[in-house]
Amino acid sequence: MTGDTPLLSRVADSVYWMARYMERAENIARFIGVNLNLQYDLQLDPENLWQPLIDTSGDTEVFKKRYGVANQNDVIDFLTYDAENPNSIYSCLRSARENARSVRETISSEMWEQVNGMYLRIQANRQMPEPESLPEVFRSIRLGSHLFQGITDATMTHSEAWHFARLGRKLERADKTSRILDVKYFMLLPSLRDVGTPYDDIHWSAVLKSVSGFEMYRKKYGRLHHRDIVDFLVLDREFPRSIHYCIRKTDESLHEVTGTPMGAFAWPSERLTGLLRAELDFMSVKQMLRDGLHEHLDMLQAKMNSIDAGLSEDFFSWTPEEQATAHAKVTA
Amino acid sequence: MQFGQYQTDGFYDEMFDPQGAARPEARLLLETVESLEEGQLQRCQRAAERLLLQLGITFNVYGDSAGTERIFPFDLIPRIVRGDEWIRIERGLKQRIHALNEFIDDIYHDQKILKDKVIPDEVIRSAIFYRPQCIGINPPRRVWCHITGTDLVRHSDGQIYVLEDNLRVPSGVSYVLENRDLMKRTFPQIFEGLHVRPVDDYPSKLLETLESIAPPSAWQKSQKPTVVVLTPGMYNSAYFEHSFLAQKMGVQLVEGRDLVVLDGFVWMRTTKGLRKVDVIYRRIDDDFLDPKAFRADSLLGVPGLVDVYRAGHVALANAPGNGVADDKVVYAYVPDMIRYYEGEDPILPNVPTFLCWREQDRAHVLQNLDKLVVKAANEAGGYGMLVGPHSTAQQREDFAGYIRARPRDYIAQPTLALSRVPTLIDDHFEGRHVDLRPYILYGQEINVLPGGLTRVALRKGSLVVNSSQGGGSKDTWVLANDNQNGDSNGTSDFHGAAADSPPQSQTQSQSQSRSQSQPGTQR
Repeated sequence: MTGDTPLLSRVADSVYWMARYMERAENIARFIGVNLNLQYDLQLDPENLWQPLIDTSGDTEVFKKRYGVANQNDVIDFLTYDAENPNSIYSCLRSARENARSVRETISSEMWEQVNGMYLRIQANRQMPEPESLPEVFRSIRLGSHLFQGITDATMTHSEAWHFARLGRKLERADKTSRILDVKYFMLLPSLRDVGTPYDDIHWSAVLKSVSGFEMYRKKYGRLHHRDIVDFLVLDREFPRSIHYCIRKTDESLHEVTGTPMGAFAWPSERLTGLLRAELDFMSVKQMLRDGLHEHLDMLQAKMNSIDAGLSEDFFSWTPEEQATAHAKVTA
Repeated sequence: MQFGQYQTDGFYDEMFDPQGAARPEARLLLETVESLEEGQLQRCQRAAERLLLQLGITFNVYGDSAGTERIFPFDLIPRIVRGDEWIRIERGLKQRIHALNEFIDDIYHDQKILKDKVIPDEVIRSAIFYRPQCIGINPPRRVWCHITGTDLVRHSDGQIYVLEDNLRVPSGVSYVLENRDLMKRTFPQIFEGLHVRPVDDYPSKLLETLESIAPPSAWQKSQKPTVVVLTPGMYNSAYFEHSFLAQKMGVQLVEGRDLVVLDGFVWMRTTKGLRKVDVIYRRIDDDFLDPKAFRADSLLGVPGLVDVYRAGHVALANAPGNGVADDKVVYAYVPDMIRYYEGEDPILPNVPTFLCWREQDRAHVLQNLDKLVVKAANEAGGYGMLVGPHSTAQQREDFAGYIRARPRDYIAQPTLALSRVPTLIDDHFEGRHVDLRPYILYGQEINVLPGGLTRVALRKGSLVVNSSQGGGSKDTWVLANDNQNGDSNGTSDFHGAAADSPPQSQTQSQSQSRSQSQPGTQR
């Protein structure tokens, strides 16, 4: 086969999940890092500060059963080091590494060394560190993930496998942005009445900081306003962590994989992605807030989940019967 | 670091002669090591171990808690092989592999060697790895053993003996390449002035070998055959090597579930549908290759694969059934095979072997259990073995029982005093026993990788070099023939910096004046 190396379905699946888990680890590190920062500015009781983090990842019930009332130590332990929590940073890095290990011949050696190194470091230091070194722990995970992404972009051919990695990363990122916005918005609603107080500003800037969007937002809008923040995080066309941006890149990568022209579809997952992209292309923040932000974000998450399921059906999990049908098509 | 206190203890030492003087080929290396400042070697050693972990060069340990990965310990002091000695070893290996291949082809066709009574019929019929399913199969070029990892040892008489042939799925070659790489990364000064023959081209040679056995239909127009490496999966002990070889050859690493048999061909499942596969370098034992042909309960294999293979629509390396010659009883007959098929005397001798199913041999073995090494005829990895001089009375009694119950399954050999190489132990050097596994490729022709894997028994006094039992490895340096004493020209693994590289144009950088003032400036 010259110039056209086919990608195994299993490999596509692993590359996709490798990127997703790495992005997930980074986002958890971001959320915790910002909360650590927040506690010095806000006089909130620990439960109100830390519980929303658990809600963000959707693990409220599991956490309650195992730890009870949220406090800083337990939440950080649960989200960072807990091997039983499949969404802890430790578990995510382990899964990212396991996936990378199963496709070592497809990714570059540098990518493997980076993900392996991150895993070995967290595995070697799994007790809660001293409070003063906590910020550094999360900073290094964030940077490690950025490095992984940079290495991926700079050392791996941007062919099909790379696009599957990007699909995983962008979908995960869009999902996490929607979740942090959902939880924080809900928490901040009562304070909307006292708009303009310093605490209001602190909260909203924390939301922006957790997606590294504070400075970029300032450049575009100047003052903090919840409507502009929602606009920025959901609908911005250029900010790389906005949901709209992520879905556009998802759409692009998917078309690169299939070869279908943009704006058309040949696969169910392409159709779902196109629909979501079109919706975001033409959505206004005014309408979103009028219909209810929470409902909107919920729906976005559901649609992203169905894209994930579609990808799995279209590309990752061929049953022999489906293969036989496809084969009949190929040879016909 | 000094060798002043180093003792050879009466063993053959690869670096020192019996009088304790450095062998000529090792002198330069010794001088370099002795000139190092205190602690430097240990620092390099630790750096190398860290690197191994970081690079994920690990193997999985069976029977240990799930998912345990360990590094294969690495010792920085290389084992040196003289150029002229290597040429003899290489000739011996080529002779042996050629004869073994003739033998396997004969066994699955005319069985002339049995009819001529050179090897008793029942030895073959009772060999565990003999596969009647392979009778009449004609693999491309009639090659059955494409990749072999022969185990060699040197006894105190200075002679190199063949210990095992390892025809089925030999592993370890990735460590040969990684060890060399590790040496260059952590300890480059050690190569100074020496011509070590390179090993880096192994993956290219392997790919060439695999492509050379592709079915003729695979070569169409400008297309090259599709080669894949078949692995049992990432929890297999040699998974690192499987992915390493696939990556270095630039081919797909597949698992059984990635492959499917349809319309008489083998296909892999890709995101764009099915793609035909022409050559499979399988790192799975025969038993697990195809549940329809071999073990029905295997979940790893590809149903129908062997039918496609028999029809010549896919090539398998190594060929199923070649393990018949891995049986240690069959091994004892390899010198006879060489005489029978090649009409020559063997260049590399076998270790004298007692076959317990012969009554006379058995009596001798049972009387001398405390002096002999007893091995199960069909086990590998150092399992199912009794090292007489290091055994307890209870162990000897157990083995006597096994031998009486199933004499066909046991052989015995004299306990060899394996040669030793100085090895870094804490802050000094001690001799440790080694063996050597060269890798031989057989496609269009037979090709031997210079050197191979030197495994070292790191436990004091131990003769067991297996990675699962406290073994480590060393880099193996085959010196180029032109440079016994270290003068340099010709191919070498280590060149000086290219002093006269072609002139380069100057690197561009951003202009000092800001680009706003020069709208036309490209950035």
